Amino acid sequence: MADPILSIRDLAVEFKTDDGIVHAVDGITYDVFPGETLGIVGESGSGKSVSTLALLGLIPQPPGRIVSGTAMFKGKDLLKLKKRELRDFRGEEVAMVFQDPMTSLNPVLKIGFQLGEAIKTHHPDESDDKVKTRVIELLRLVGVPNPETRYTNYPHEFSGGMRQRAMIAMSIANSPSLLIADEPTTALDVTIQAQVLEVLKTVQQETHAATILITHDLGIVAELCERVLVMYGGRIVESGDVHTIFRAPRHPYTIGLMDSLPKLTEDEEWLRPIPGAPPSLINRPTGCAFHPRCFLSQGRLKCREEVPVLRRAEGDGHEAACHFSDELIGHASKFSSDAVTA
Amino acid sequence: MLTYIARRILYSIPVLVVSSFLSFVFVAEAGDPLSNLRANPRTTAGTLHQLAHQYHLDQTVVLRYWYWVKDLFNLHHPLGISLITTQPIWPDIHRAMGHTLQVIILAEFCAIVLGVAVGIFSAIRQYSIFDYTFTSISFLGYAMPTFWLALLLQILFVDIYLKWHVRIFYTSGLNNHGNATWSIDRLQHIALPVATLSIVSFALYSRYMRASMLDVINSDYVRTARAKGLPERLVVMRHVVRNALIPIVTVAALNFGALLGGAIVTETVFTLDGMGYYFIQKLGQQDVYAVMGYLVITSVAIVVFNLIADLAYGFLDPRIRYD
Amino acid sequence: MTEPKQVEKIAGTVAPYEQNYDTGVVTAPAGLLDSTADAGLELQIRSQWSYARQRFLRHRLAMIGLVGLIIIFAAGAFANYVAPYTFDQIDLTNVLHAPTLKAHHLFGTDEIGRDYLSRVIYGIRTSEQVGLFVAFVSTLFGLMLGAIAGYYGGWIDNILMRITDLVLTLPALAILLTVAALVETSSSKFASVLNHFGDQWTITFILTLFFWTGIARIVRGVFLSLREKEYVEAAKASGAGDLRIIFRHVLPNTLGPVVVNATLAVAAAIITEAFLSFLGFGIKPPTPSLGSLVAGGQANPQKWWLTVMPGLVLVMIVLCINFIGDGLRDALDPQQRRVRA
Repeated sequence: MADPILSIRDLAVEFKTDDGIVHAVDGITYDVFPGETLGIVGESGSGKSVSTLALLGLIPQPPGRIVSGTAMFKGKDLLKLKKRELRDFRGEEVAMVFQDPMTSLNPVLKIGFQLGEAIKTHHPDESDDKVKTRVIELLRLVGVPNPETRYTNYPHEFSGGMRQRAMIAMSIANSPSLLIADEPTTALDVTIQAQVLEVLKTVQQETHAATILITHDLGIVAELCERVLVMYGGRIVESGDVHTIFRAPRHPYTIGLMDSLPKLTEDEEWLRPIPGAPPSLINRPTGCAFHPRCFLSQGRLKCREEVPVLRRAEGDGHEAACHFSDELIGHASKFSSDAVTA
Repeated sequence: MLTYIARRILYSIPVLVVSSFLSFVFVAEAGDPLSNLRANPRTTAGTLHQLAHQYHLDQTVVLRYWYWVKDLFNLHHPLGISLITTQPIWPDIHRAMGHTLQVIILAEFCAIVLGVAVGIFSAIRQYSIFDYTFTSISFLGYAMPTFWLALLLQILFVDIYLKWHVRIFYTSGLNNHGNATWSIDRLQHIALPVATLSIVSFALYSRYMRASMLDVINSDYVRTARAKGLPERLVVMRHVVRNALIPIVTVAALNFGALLGGAIVTETVFTLDGMGYYFIQKLGQQDVYAVMGYLVITSVAIVVFNLIADLAYGFLDPRIRYD
Repeated sequence: MTEPKQVEKIAGTVAPYEQNYDTGVVTAPAGLLDSTADAGLELQIRSQWSYARQRFLRHRLAMIGLVGLIIIFAAGAFANYVAPYTFDQIDLTNVLHAPTLKAHHLFGTDEIGRDYLSRVIYGIRTSEQVGLFVAFVSTLFGLMLGAIAGYYGGWIDNILMRITDLVLTLPALAILLTVAALVETSSSKFASVLNHFGDQWTITFILTLFFWTGIARIVRGVFLSLREKEYVEAAKASGAGDLRIIFRHVLPNTLGPVVVNATLAVAAAIITEAFLSFLGFGIKPPTPSLGSLVAGGQANPQKWWLTVMPGLVLVMIVLCINFIGDGLRDALDPQQRRVRA
């Protein structure tokens, strides 16, 4: 296997609030390989967004603090870089697409200008004409109709889906090696979601960038990702390739997630949510963060006392952080009967 | 855009008519312009009668209002003739207007420029000593009644003159004899009134600008700008300030009325020949048409200023463009 | 497929949280409350108001303002007991004395020897009477009219908007001055009724007439926006009458901004009255007023305490009220997202 393009080791981030310290990310470790699409799945508050924001230094440091960890990207530790050096990476080697395109674009500046800004920041010597041509090219690539006229539009003159396309265009403007998409379709209608996902696929094929796709939607993960990380309570609880995870999940939380999805081809009387509520990140449960809601734990002491470590579960690269994941061997998920195609 | 302006102007006409009519009714009923003459034992009944007829005082209020409106646009004596002084009103108001404008414009300019600058720096260096100092200053400035601040400055500078015999700023009047509108002498005279009005407005603008900056600085699009790799200086100047300025326009528009009120008081304290001073004198003399003249001019000024503010708002915020 | 049943088989005994698949109800078995508490899953359910109250009490500036204001207003309210002298006790042997501890003339004396501290204290009493009355009545009035206009819309709303628009485009101080000046000298019946109560109440009445428009606009805005909210529709769908909807659902949500505004209105009313009195058209001597005291000090500018003291008290009052208003706004505004380190 090739060398990872991004290697994160033991990243921990916390926030100081009036109510106490929020442990948003608690020691996560993972790699991203060139050209692959890695999905990070989790509920709100699982720490999935914070971990990637920390990479680019976008966490406001007074309330936030990077407690520990390294993030090696092309030989440099992103977390230790000075502001000036980090700025060189932002928007060029590592780019981000955010969740809500309406609020993520400056309402008083033209779209063409904002995209051009992304290019000019890293290539200040490019002529304005060349920049404009490139911007129109990018808009065309992501499927914005009439890019020449749309160039002078303001964000509020674009529809939701088009804005997200523009955001994606802005992020790939400088051909990044790593693209981070933080819930890119959550704020959009379902039909528009599909279109934007298509755009992401196109963009991946064009740029061969490694992509981290953050979402809470398992459907998107199934469609776009090669590998998946499942996060809960600021920790990674399961990781592996998408087929294995869907076919044979080895963590009770992942099983719960899949169980809670309604299945089109089966009759169910009741939806089966995971009982209970997500953990408070200030007063975290002792031991395994999931144990109060876990059907497997049954209140066993080990779950309450010891934080489970990611261990090999089955097959290559499939790991789960559960003391009793062996008991789940043989358990097939809801979706194992479906063919999860590549 | 032009149709918008035309529409706004047309729309404000009925508002001005109603407000001036209501004011006129009140003013007309309340005061008896001839009371002074009536009290004077040498005035004959005949003279009173003749004057009453000449000034339409024996007609109904509505008719009197109509005559007054006609007088407004009379080319010989726009705004009519004062019943007390029997002089045309316009020349006095016109002269006073120029002086008031000079003071107000200077004051607003200083207040906005300084207020915005301080607001920006306070927000960028939140919780710093600079921030705390200026937040306290603006709290204080906001709480100070304009007339008290004016008096304090006056007392202070009179004291300085009496103790050290040096005149830094003058504390009354517009000019020493024979000086021009833009001379150093004039500036020395209006420095204190301008300072008074500026300080109170400055407090307002710096507070609102700071709040607006803090609001914008945490926006998603500012995060996007940083994620693109923009240097922080550009992020602040191009993305944050540009958006944070938008609400300030509204603040300025709302502050205009207070500014006019402050001008009344400041001109009274510093005895400046301005509209506010004129108004207070005429009010005391119950010179009703002069009072109406002042009210009409200031109402129109407020309407015009609000229109300008709305246009500026549309200029700054492309989401609100008028066509 | 029988996957779901299989999972249950593996689970065996019941999980900490139990979901009854017949009724869909989720329960936590007794005896596990300790672990859920350890697990950090226990939520303290507090009402919105206690949460707001806690936030307010935590606001340091607001607490300082509250204490300061209580002290000042108490001094005014109990002026008869607090003031060392009466308001008009003349002492021609002690004219224009600077502030001193001797004989309790903490604020000095004025040009006919009256103790200035006492005069200022009585002035505070007048100011607080005017301020509180104007704020309270105009808020009540504005709340009613704003609620009706915002909820029912239509022509009622239109009229209200025209009226408040009108008031907004007028030069406020000038109009107030004009009205105050002319009521006093007017010969009409209405004016004589008003004048009968004395100039303090005349001014109070005029200010109230002017101030209600501000609150009405705010309340109307809140009502308009909440009228379309889902829970109002839900209440209507369940058969609730108009009045019930107004009182139980919409009104509580307007109380936040209304309370903040009413508080700030007290300061605005006090300051406006001071302006009017300073210029000589407001509350006139012998009724004490901080504004007219400052005006009186103009005759002797070198005796700085005559001008400074009443003004200082005015500034204190306004500062305290502004602090309180800030604290209230913090506590009652649900949109605050500040993370204070």
